[in-house]
Amino acid sequence: MTMHTLSVLVEDTPGVLARASALFSRRGFNINSLTVGPTEVPGLSRMTIVVNCDLHPLEQVTKQLNKLVNVIKIVEMDTDASVRRELLLVKVKADPGSRSHVLETAELFRANVVDVGPDVVVIEATGKPEKLEALIRNLEPFGIKELVKSGLVALGRGPRSMSDRSLRSVERSA
Amino acid sequence: MTEQMTGAQSLIRSLEHAGVDVVFGIPGGAILPAYDPLYDSGKVRHILMRHEQGAGHAAEGYAYATGRPGVCMATSGPGATNLVTPLADAHMDSVPMVAITGQVAAPSIGTDAFQEADICGITMPITKHNFLVREAADIPRTIAEAFHIASTGRPGPVLVDIAKSALQAATRFAWPQRLDLPGYRPVTKPHGKQVREAARMIAEAKRPVLYVGGGVLKAGAYQELRVLAEITGLPVVTTLMARGVFPDSHAQNLGMPGMHGNVAAVGALQRADLIIALGARFDDRVTGKLDSFAPGAKIVHADIDPAEISKNRHADVPIVGDCREVIADLVVAVRNDQAEGRQADIGGWWSQLDRLRTTYPLGYEDPGDGTLSPQYVIKRLGEIVGPEAAYAAGVGQHQMWAAQFIDYERPGAFMNSGGAGTMGFAVPAALGAKAGDPDRAVWAIDGDGCFQMTNQELATCAVEGLPIKVAVINNGNLGMVRQWQTLYYEGRYSQTNLQTLEEPAKQKARIPDFVRLAEAYGCVGIRCERAEDVDATIEKAMAIDDAPVVIDFAVHQDAMVWPMVGPGISNDSIQYARDMAPDWDDED
Repeated sequence: MTMHTLSVLVEDTPGVLARASALFSRRGFNINSLTVGPTEVPGLSRMTIVVNCDLHPLEQVTKQLNKLVNVIKIVEMDTDASVRRELLLVKVKADPGSRSHVLETAELFRANVVDVGPDVVVIEATGKPEKLEALIRNLEPFGIKELVKSGLVALGRGPRSMSDRSLRSVERSA
Repeated sequence: MTEQMTGAQSLIRSLEHAGVDVVFGIPGGAILPAYDPLYDSGKVRHILMRHEQGAGHAAEGYAYATGRPGVCMATSGPGATNLVTPLADAHMDSVPMVAITGQVAAPSIGTDAFQEADICGITMPITKHNFLVREAADIPRTIAEAFHIASTGRPGPVLVDIAKSALQAATRFAWPQRLDLPGYRPVTKPHGKQVREAARMIAEAKRPVLYVGGGVLKAGAYQELRVLAEITGLPVVTTLMARGVFPDSHAQNLGMPGMHGNVAAVGALQRADLIIALGARFDDRVTGKLDSFAPGAKIVHADIDPAEISKNRHADVPIVGDCREVIADLVVAVRNDQAEGRQADIGGWWSQLDRLRTTYPLGYEDPGDGTLSPQYVIKRLGEIVGPEAAYAAGVGQHQMWAAQFIDYERPGAFMNSGGAGTMGFAVPAALGAKAGDPDRAVWAIDGDGCFQMTNQELATCAVEGLPIKVAVINNGNLGMVRQWQTLYYEGRYSQTNLQTLEEPAKQKARIPDFVRLAEAYGCVGIRCERAEDVDATIEKAMAIDDAPVVIDFAVHQDAMVWPMVGPGISNDSIQYARDMAPDWDDED
């Protein structure tokens, strides 16, 4: 099994997130992460779904997903041909003895400190999942009190846009 | 052109614009506003059902009879949840259907209001699509989209849930001239290269078979199929969902494949070197144990739903498209090959298949104790009533016998619940078919178990003037379950006896008495218990055209459906009769 990242362009209608996520669970897939938000086109949202599965079942679930009436386009984001980022917020113990080491670690990863308390700091970092994992590993010895991730978002490299030529209305036959 | 009216009036006007002439339904609180303008509609006939499940299956029967989407209507909460089974049924069997449900007023949605149920959430996995309408202005567009989605591409059920407040609000009616569905673009035109490749494989195959499924029926491609079959000379197997789409009287029709298929049809698929699947989905009831299904066959798989292709069995040549267009294009490609002298000789294959069909024809053993054989009843029914009638079956032994022992000569002659296996389908489906095609004789072939799940719709038939005929194949048991108990549970008949047959020795009366039940519902009830009375009973029923007729055929309870591929085993292990495997005698 390998990790696959799907970008799914959908109509911004009520229930579309439920339709997509329910389809994955109904067909026996575990979603690693799912993010959704607006796009450059009004009325369209974009989901980034990360799943861990083999190629054949992925093809099957993609076809099923494509059948959802509110789903406009699905593209698999190839690791090399896309920019993939995640946001991490992590609350780390930082008493006077360890604080400078914590800040040094954050700096090494080009992470920002966004909140400071007497015994803790909150660090914000963005990057590829691998980089964030490394940061977490390095912060663990200080004591991680709380951690939240945004889930992965991805964008294809190069000039093309996912929403190009994807809008076409259906002529009524009757 | 716009016109001021209520949302409810706009809904009825929309249904009229969509060409709806019959709606099956039951009113209730949330849908009530819609029933007021419906009262005045000169175009839409509403048939008042006795249960919403009946409304849903009637809509399916209507769709089978007319080829147009069937429409059912129910109120919110329990009215809507009673539609869940027929929606799931229509989804599995790709039946075009539009269900309209009332919902609590928009401001009350999400408050656990009286008779509130999240029917869109509930039916998400069992509809092709569904809509929740909160604003009156959205009604015409949503109805237009619902009918478009239900009837195009791979057909299926669409549910439109409308808030009561939207039905009551004032709005302007405007029927949309174009639909904006950017995410819905079914591919109907097949890829030419793939079609030519399929034709090339047909020209080279030694043991080819056309595996025909319900998609050919839905696409209306029976004429094209016949041409393709005749120019290629290929053997044809028609699945449960495709019975009638290729005439049973045709010499190339090997019959039905699958768990209760003919030995020749099952054997043809198992031994094929090429299977051309047309609108079929390699269902487990056809393939048996999947990894031993048709081990030597290359697969050409044509379907309008890309998600079906290579779902269960890898397709060597995938073709996405409407079956009618696919087959028409395939005919052209095959003719081109033939014009250039490329055509395989399949004479040897045919002699192998002919030997199978003459050695292992469909048959049954007479009980021999004077009791009635269910297979005999169904066989005679088909012979006497004839191929012009429409037949609706329930689910179980009687369904399999109806698929096996009646010769279907025209598409749409047989309707049943295939994928979902919904007991209780037959009576309401027959009702719906009669409403859609009133001049045709419509017979429900039902079991005593199935019949008791939906027979309240006999009242609807009697009151609404829908004189269907019902042949209850009454063996006093849940027959198919009993058959499995006989075969796999050492004859321990746990909870399968329904006592619908009289047992004088045990001083047990039949409960219920189906003849008296029929009479209570304003139908004619007839009982038949002897083989010599079967013909006369059927003829008597046929002569009655002013009331529904129920025949209680009291049949032998130990009759079993054969052939049979046991659950989870290979098609190669098909049994022709109990403990009797066919001798394949393969030459190669």
